[in-house]
Amino acid sequence: MVPLHWYLWLGSLVFCIGMFGFLTRRNVIIMFLSIELMLNGVNISLVALSHYMQDLRGQVLTLFVIAVAAAEAAIGLAIVIALFRNKPTTHLDEIKEMKG
Amino acid sequence: MVEFFFGFFAIMILFCSVMVVMSRNAIHSVLWMLVMFFHVAGVYLMLNAEFLAATQIIVYAGAILVLFLFVIMLLNLREEMNIEQLIDGWPAGLSLAVAMLVVLILALGSFSVKPWGQWSIEVVEKTTQTKALGKVLYTEYLLPFEIASLVLLVAIIGAVVLAKKKLKS
Amino acid sequence: MTIFEFLFPPGSFDIFLNIIIILIKIAVVIGVVMLHVAYATYFERKVIGRMQVRMGPMEVGPHGLLQPIADMLKLFFKEDIIPEKADKTVFYIAPLISLMAALSSLAVIPFYEGFVVANINVGLLFILAMSSLGSYGIILSGWASNSKYAFLGGLRSSAQVISYEIAMGLSLVGVMMMAGSMNLSEIVKAQAEYPAGIYAIPQILGFFVFVVAAIAETNRAPFDLPEAESELVAGYFVEYSGMRFALFYAAEYIGMIIMGCLAAACFLGGWTVPKYILAILPFLKYVPGIVWFVMKVYFVIFFYYWIRATLPRYRYDQLMAIGWKLLIPLALANILFTGVIKIMVE
Repeated sequence: MVPLHWYLWLGSLVFCIGMFGFLTRRNVIIMFLSIELMLNGVNISLVALSHYMQDLRGQVLTLFVIAVAAAEAAIGLAIVIALFRNKPTTHLDEIKEMKG
Repeated sequence: MVEFFFGFFAIMILFCSVMVVMSRNAIHSVLWMLVMFFHVAGVYLMLNAEFLAATQIIVYAGAILVLFLFVIMLLNLREEMNIEQLIDGWPAGLSLAVAMLVVLILALGSFSVKPWGQWSIEVVEKTTQTKALGKVLYTEYLLPFEIASLVLLVAIIGAVVLAKKKLKS
Repeated sequence: MTIFEFLFPPGSFDIFLNIIIILIKIAVVIGVVMLHVAYATYFERKVIGRMQVRMGPMEVGPHGLLQPIADMLKLFFKEDIIPEKADKTVFYIAPLISLMAALSSLAVIPFYEGFVVANINVGLLFILAMSSLGSYGIILSGWASNSKYAFLGGLRSSAQVISYEIAMGLSLVGVMMMAGSMNLSEIVKAQAEYPAGIYAIPQILGFFVFVVAAIAETNRAPFDLPEAESELVAGYFVEYSGMRFALFYAAEYIGMIIMGCLAAACFLGGWTVPKYILAILPFLKYVPGIVWFVMKVYFVIFFYYWIRATLPRYRYDQLMAIGWKLLIPLALANILFTGVIKIMVE
């Protein structure tokens, strides 16, 4: 039997790797992928907690997280396409016309 | 045996996560993400969440990641690969992430749970996990479920409005 | 504790025996299916030849029976060409992703009573997941080839497969509701109990949607726009040659066989025969279940060829319109009907 804490550590590690990617990459698409990584880290912890607490709420919450991730990806990528139409780059530092 | 599988999945998940973040080419990032989703699905299977494992692959790998690939291909980003992948201030980002990890692990140290719900492994196995999940989802969480569908509807409309080409008047 | 005891703790013998049995099952299934794939190409050429008043392959062996083996040898010894500016790693793994996704679906298909490699409760979802992965092979090969034709084929295919996957998933929901399970063996057993014997009769709408979506999922005519040899040369695998081309080809035919198996298991009663037919012709119960299953699968595959020989290719906008405006609403209506009738009966 694997102790609960291993799963929680795994979840936190994945979350922190995602956070690192989000903070240090400037390619919009990889930043989105980093957000998905963070969500996956949370999902692992939720499912593990749900299993060890013998309660299905964590799994239901995971389903909602997946649904929201799908919505977020759709909107985010639509924004990327709209941005790309105005300025052909996905590098965020080059998109700074919107200041004031 | 179980520990061995956990170790394998954990190492693969962490390795793939690092590769997602560090790849120069966005397509390679997506591919590493795909491998990672499979191993996350494996972890879900270890936790007796077979429906979630299947959903993870169908929704994350089959829909969301394909959408990413589709957008990357539409944008055709070959020249982006020549740019340095990390920003200049990456040590700051790294230290923030490490600090977050330390806080999380310290916080988890004193954290413990005991089984208190009604869905023990035996009960879930008897009703099958899909049915059990459906029961909880459609009774206790009916309102959030409907709200989730509303969120998805809003996302569909929003994505179409944002990505649609403006017709020249 | 010796190293031997550490590596093989007591009770591990049963586990190893199980693993070996499963490995043998996998080898048998893959071997048999690969043989069927080889002869499905022969069958296709013969059937389409006859429909177009030709003979089909006749040269190699009696009635051209050795043609698939000759084709295989030819593809095996052909030069493996990689385009100069291709992304080599992705170019290498794309056909493997296609083939693996197709082959792993075989794991959950019940060929006859009790013979299934992995009898899991979410079998249907597993097949849907694997068929959605098949599109990765197509998209990535289109991207990695660094060729306009391949790229366009890949883009078209990703849009097509994503669209029709929704219709296919929704068309199977009716079956899940009637059987009350997502385990394919359970679905077949539930059909045997059902008065009509097969779900294709009460689920006629779902069956229609499933068949059309299955043809589009496997990129077959009249939905073969990703390949469309007359407009896109050969679509996503135009840059592939030799063995890698053969892998894509095999993946396509395995996909067809999987769709045939799925149709047989979910709609046509799998390895069982409807009771009312047995009542009329009682000697049929001596025919083994695997024969029924294979016959049903080949019926579906023959239907594929028939459609290919009959219908011209759709335009791309027509394809999307059929998927989103016809099939998905039909599938949703089917779910609604099934639910209402199920509640009323209970």
